[in-house]
Amino acid sequence: MEDLVFDVQSVSHRYGQAVALDEVSFQVPRGSMFGFLGPNGSGKSTLFGVLSSLLPVQSGAVRALGIDLSGNLLEYRRQIGVAFQSPSLDRRLTVMENLVCHGQLFGLSGPSLKSRIKELCERFRVWDRAADRVEVLSGGLRRRVELAKCLIHRPQVLLLDEPSSGLDPGARREFWDSVEELRQQDGITVVVATHLMDEAERCDRLVLLNRGKVAADDRAQVLKQKISGETLTIQADRLDELKRKLSSDLGLECHRHGDALRLHCSDGHQLLAQIMDRYRADVRSISLSAPTLEDVYFAVTGQDFSDVK
Amino acid sequence: MSSSGLGARCFAVWALGRREIVRFTRQRSRFIGALAQPLLFWVLFGAGLHGSFRAPDWAAQTMSYQEYFFPGIAVLILLFTAIFSSISIIEDRHEGFLQGVLVAPVSKLELVLGKVLGGTLLAVLQAVLFLIVGGVMSGIGLAPAMGIQVSVVSAVELVLFMSVIALGLAGLGFMIAWWFDSVQGFHAIMSVVLMPMWLLSGAFFPGDGVGWLSWIVRLNPLTYGVAGIRWLLYAEGSAPLKVVASSSQPAFPTCIAVTLLFAVITVLGGQFVASRTARPRKIKTSK
Repeated sequence: MEDLVFDVQSVSHRYGQAVALDEVSFQVPRGSMFGFLGPNGSGKSTLFGVLSSLLPVQSGAVRALGIDLSGNLLEYRRQIGVAFQSPSLDRRLTVMENLVCHGQLFGLSGPSLKSRIKELCERFRVWDRAADRVEVLSGGLRRRVELAKCLIHRPQVLLLDEPSSGLDPGARREFWDSVEELRQQDGITVVVATHLMDEAERCDRLVLLNRGKVAADDRAQVLKQKISGETLTIQADRLDELKRKLSSDLGLECHRHGDALRLHCSDGHQLLAQIMDRYRADVRSISLSAPTLEDVYFAVTGQDFSDVK
Repeated sequence: MSSSGLGARCFAVWALGRREIVRFTRQRSRFIGALAQPLLFWVLFGAGLHGSFRAPDWAAQTMSYQEYFFPGIAVLILLFTAIFSSISIIEDRHEGFLQGVLVAPVSKLELVLGKVLGGTLLAVLQAVLFLIVGGVMSGIGLAPAMGIQVSVVSAVELVLFMSVIALGLAGLGFMIAWWFDSVQGFHAIMSVVLMPMWLLSGAFFPGDGVGWLSWIVRLNPLTYGVAGIRWLLYAEGSAPLKVVASSSQPAFPTCIAVTLLFAVITVLGGQFVASRTARPRKIKTSK
């Protein structure tokens, strides 16, 4: 049997009448980079709340690191590190003060805390900023300090809620490199809640959430293989009109995704040429690519990722 | 690596308490607001209401309004500082800091204690500062002479007693602030509940005589705080306060009992409200 970090069975969660999670079940193996992907309103924040112990388990069962989450939460919290979407650092305190404060919340103190802080700051290259107040740091640096903060008590699991929101591409890459390093070197299990495809792409296992339900749960590779062929992405000024034309003239069913049309096909090159021949005037740009997780999400749920609210 | 013993829990409470103090020292305006304004009140109201004040039966008839008002201002400082410090819970929620604490192995009681401990220390420090400044002003003639006499023992007692008052007020602030999403909303409560609570505590006027008013004063827990400070300020004097059946100057043991009870109730109340709300409110994500 696989070594599990999370075993989530039939978890439902309601806010009054509104159902946020509906019979959600999945398992997270130890050492994996696990993601739950869904647009706003898919229940991913609620699921994150339950796994991070901010929200109670209303119905169903969650066993995490061998602990029943309807029971002793303090013991569970000692073993997890949680990074929220909005950094939980105190901006008026220095980096050092933040880390000391957080370490003390976990019962750490004295030289062992100091050396742990130094070790983490050096690892995330913020040691030279340790005496600076958090409010003067850039978003990327804050994220790294946040990560150091989450790891101060050597957790077995790292829970990240949309971790790269608000970061520029460089900072984003650096952040993920750090996370990947933690997983490889320290064997930490990483769980990511996200609506960003490039974050989800980094996960080796994914749960796709749609309206509070698990739409798919598999390894990322397997999910992508569910869609064969290629994806054409077309940008145009009058999208709806072009969509109608493609449907009536060529019998192509494409779906609108944000400000582009997307369609799956097995013979992308031919189709691309055909479309360009007929609608050169309408098309602003057209590109051919392997299916992405967005396409998988659409195929599995019938929902357009960017349209679901 | 983290531990769960009693010492570790004390560290957790202290970590939260010390954070309040560090934050306070980085916001100079709070210091001015919490100390300079009450000092100004004391001087201005003291001078303005001097002529229309008649000392209550339980006090020496030579007592000036400024002298009467002196312990009241100390309590006002405790109120402002303790409560403003605990409403930073609203800021903590908005800035995300609270979430980080809620997923740490910290019980709700430790959270409340840490929060009110910081507020209490700051409040008492400022109240002591005011009492010293006021005493000096009176001594050098910048304010009317006062019959206050404090020994080392009664000074220590005074600090301890004010700590209990501040603990109660900080606990009350926590209980109220936990429900609010905005500091503005809290200000409304401040002006309709907390300021009247202070006004009707015997801090500003005795309130004896008028039937319904004296009952409000009697039922107000802060009355016992103001009265207790008054007892301690005159503990060493040759003309101590007279114990009479007065709503605004109850007996000292009653003051201690009510003030302690108030602190215990508000701290446990804070723990109760913090444990009940399961759903953390939405954090603003604006950077």
